[in-house]
Amino acid sequence: MTAAGNPIRQRLGGLLDRRLFLVRRSEPLPARLGHRRIFVLPTATGVAFGLTLLTMLLASMNYVLSLGYALTFLLVGVGLVSLHQTFRNLIHLELLSAQLEPAHCGQPAMLRLRFRNPSDHPRIGLRLRRAGGGEARFTLDPCGDTSVVVAVPTSRRGWLESGRLVLETRYPLGLVRGWSILTPEARCVVYPAAEDPPRAFATTIAAGQSEHAGKLGEDDFAGLREYHPGDALRRVAWKLSARWDDQLYTKQFDGGNSEQLEFDWFRLPPELDTEARLSRLASWVLQADAAGLGYALRLPDQVIDVGVGPGHRQRCLRALALYGLADERG
Amino acid sequence: MSAAEVGTPLRPWHGHWLAACIAVTLLPYIEHLPAWLSVSCAMLLIWRVIADRGLTPLPGRAMLLVVAAAIVAGTTIQYHYLFGKDPGLSLLAGFACLKLLEARSLRDGRAAVLLGFFLQMGQFLNGQEISVAAFTLCGTLLAVGALLAMEWEAPWQTVIASASRLLFMAAPFMLALFVLFPRIPGPLWGLPADAFSGLTGLSETMSPGSISRLIQSGKIAFRAEFDGEIPPPRDRYWRGPVLSVFDGRRWETAGFTTLSSSPPYEVTGKAYRYRLTIEPHNQHWLLAMDFPAADDPRTRYSSDLRLVSVAPLRNRQRYDLAAYPAARVGQREFTHVIRRNLHLPAGSNPRTTALGRQVAERYTEPRRRIDALLETFRDLRLEYTLTPRALGLHSADEFLFDTRQGFCEHFSSAFAIAARAADVPARVVTGYQGGEINPHDGSLVVRQSDAHAWVEVWLPESGWQRVDPTATSNPTRIDNGILGALPDIESLPLFMQPRMAWLRSLQLRWDAVANGWNQWVLGYNDERQRSLLRGFGFDGGDYRHLAAAMVALVGTLMLGFVAWSLRRRRRGDALDRHWHRFCARLSRAGTRRADWQGPLDFAELAAGRHPSLADDIRWIGGRYAELRYGRSPPSRQDLADLEDRIKHLDIR
Repeated sequence: MTAAGNPIRQRLGGLLDRRLFLVRRSEPLPARLGHRRIFVLPTATGVAFGLTLLTMLLASMNYVLSLGYALTFLLVGVGLVSLHQTFRNLIHLELLSAQLEPAHCGQPAMLRLRFRNPSDHPRIGLRLRRAGGGEARFTLDPCGDTSVVVAVPTSRRGWLESGRLVLETRYPLGLVRGWSILTPEARCVVYPAAEDPPRAFATTIAAGQSEHAGKLGEDDFAGLREYHPGDALRRVAWKLSARWDDQLYTKQFDGGNSEQLEFDWFRLPPELDTEARLSRLASWVLQADAAGLGYALRLPDQVIDVGVGPGHRQRCLRALALYGLADERG
Repeated sequence: MSAAEVGTPLRPWHGHWLAACIAVTLLPYIEHLPAWLSVSCAMLLIWRVIADRGLTPLPGRAMLLVVAAAIVAGTTIQYHYLFGKDPGLSLLAGFACLKLLEARSLRDGRAAVLLGFFLQMGQFLNGQEISVAAFTLCGTLLAVGALLAMEWEAPWQTVIASASRLLFMAAPFMLALFVLFPRIPGPLWGLPADAFSGLTGLSETMSPGSISRLIQSGKIAFRAEFDGEIPPPRDRYWRGPVLSVFDGRRWETAGFTTLSSSPPYEVTGKAYRYRLTIEPHNQHWLLAMDFPAADDPRTRYSSDLRLVSVAPLRNRQRYDLAAYPAARVGQREFTHVIRRNLHLPAGSNPRTTALGRQVAERYTEPRRRIDALLETFRDLRLEYTLTPRALGLHSADEFLFDTRQGFCEHFSSAFAIAARAADVPARVVTGYQGGEINPHDGSLVVRQSDAHAWVEVWLPESGWQRVDPTATSNPTRIDNGILGALPDIESLPLFMQPRMAWLRSLQLRWDAVANGWNQWVLGYNDERQRSLLRGFGFDGGDYRHLAAAMVALVGTLMLGFVAWSLRRRRRGDALDRHWHRFCARLSRAGTRRADWQGPLDFAELAAGRHPSLADDIRWIGGRYAELRYGRSPPSRQDLADLEDRIKHLDIR
């Protein structure tokens, strides 16, 4: 965003952001774009258009061309009307919600925004940009709403804010750029990047060490039980559930012979630093989850018992992501 | 951001828009561009369309350079120079097509549209008629459409509709700026020499055939609006260049005349006052009716009795003039002028010269000599025709004694030669005679086809006297105009033929419209601007007032537009409006409805806060919920009751 190396520019930029662009750290939703938040300036084409008009005006004066004046002034009007239309294309637009989906560090996090057009004219050629991230183009019908997804780049694990988004438009003629800066209140956890290439698991534990869930593997079908949130979706007995009633059932397997995993921070090779350890653990969590194995996670500050399924995976990854960052929770 | 824009490729759809925009813009150019260039432009445009259809690739840079060089070379060969109006417009047209073929990105496309705007402007140098304006408007609409299409992918009808709306909304700005932008008279800097080429009109020389060529043009030379009586045709001689130098074949002006700011004659007799609106001809003469008097700082009187403009007429001008047809002019004339008007080159037109000498021997009095010459002309039974046979070296001789066919330039030239041979100073005057009264607006329209040439002779006691030898052979020319005078109507231009009367009537009607256009649109200049503003009570004249008024008006318009879009349309129906009013009144009294509160909950809350009104409030809340969420839509009476109850709620 602002040049990090230049403190004056940084402060000036901050001042501009607060006073002129009315940027807040994060704004509650839903938000409506008021006129003080919309900015319009000519684009490069707009400047060229202006110079063209100036030349045409001089030519009209020189050759005393009445129709030349008329054409020039008509185009001046077109420029002014397009300025107004650009403004009108953004005004009163509503941002209903923002949702940021977790991602691994280095991969973009997807920010899903819901916009609504409260007026009875369409909003055309809208672009939503995230600095360093993606750009999404969309259009809103009269009184319509739509979801827009932009990528937010991630550079470190931990909490990620949606950051500063620019909603801009050059509709109708590309002569004027209108924009507004959005900082929707949305955040997610960025998981540590999975180690690449992945290493094989280094730690196993005996079957008996874990109390209840430890025995459950996937070798032999053992029976059905009611579905609990967090069970792996591929273990849901879809056909049976559909046949019987509204209840979902989860298949249980007798995993007596399978290995039970515990990923232990302290058993990692000592030469690894904190981030490398977190990366490796994250990679193992993903591998174990993909294989449908149960696993436990032991970190210096917490222990997560053996479990399976997406809920468990998320709990583990979140613990890895926030390891040592607890103070920064905003 | 701009880096991303530069790279955005132009899609076939955009290419079609651009091609359409440039094609329509270039259409009015066809009659002014050299044929080879028109064809080349058309081919380049077609290439773009074909390439956008995926049938051929777009040309490479080398190919484009070759074509560009060819266009520059061709233009140089065509015009022999490059810096001027015609070659400039040719190059602009060619390069716009090339730019279109070169356009690969959206930015290129936009640049092509801007070039298109220049081209639309350029065509006004060739003409500013209503038709040109209409064409330009189409071109502008397509150009705006092309810009729009580059931002918004929509069916072309939708794009055209949106572009039209944009132009429509821009019209008030145009009007405000057009009327109020301070107009500056005259050019700001030097104009290319050919800037006003292509303007038709009289010239400073006359040779056989020069006026009959002019006759073919239906173009308007000037208009005159008389205050009151319109003079009879025989007085309607509009004076142009006076030709007093004869070299045996060609008549020329004397080279220089002295100018004065007061008329060199006494203005006496009947006066006709009129407003002359003259079309530009890039010359100084004003074609005022004989004999003019003007009170205008832009004009001077020349010693050959013309009214001339100080600056060449490069745009349409208006003059308030008076004409004194009965004034006596030139009673005291310089001897060198008289000598010049007696001079004949030795050996030219021997038979005509002999005729003059014969007359001079028979009569001593100049007036009698002139009468005798007119008599002779009448006896020669000369035929007045637009298509005389070609004449050789001694044009007057051959006209008078061999072919006996001629047009006004033959008559006047031959008569002036004969008069000079008879020792009577004589000169040829070119100008216009007659004109047509437009029944639709009462103005007198004088066209190029009314061009005429007559003779002036100088008689010692009465000065310069007009003699029209054409009238001797064909008196109807003067009274009925050229239409009644010519026997061979087939050779007349189509618009003048009598069987095309309806066409002529249509044309007169159109002329009246065009006159309004000329007066109010094209002729809107600093002077007219001042008088218009004076009419509105402004003390016009100061450009600062104009600029202030312009800025204020445009600013107001812009604010109006912004306010219009800021206005949040109140959503909902009449029922909601009543309910919002109710909530707003309670809110002012300190009871706010939270977003999550339904009408019944809110009414209960409000009833608790305002016990004296509890019944009313509960009724309103319940009634609103019933009407809003009930089965049938509320009737008019229901709404009126609710509104009434809300209105009479006495909340403090």
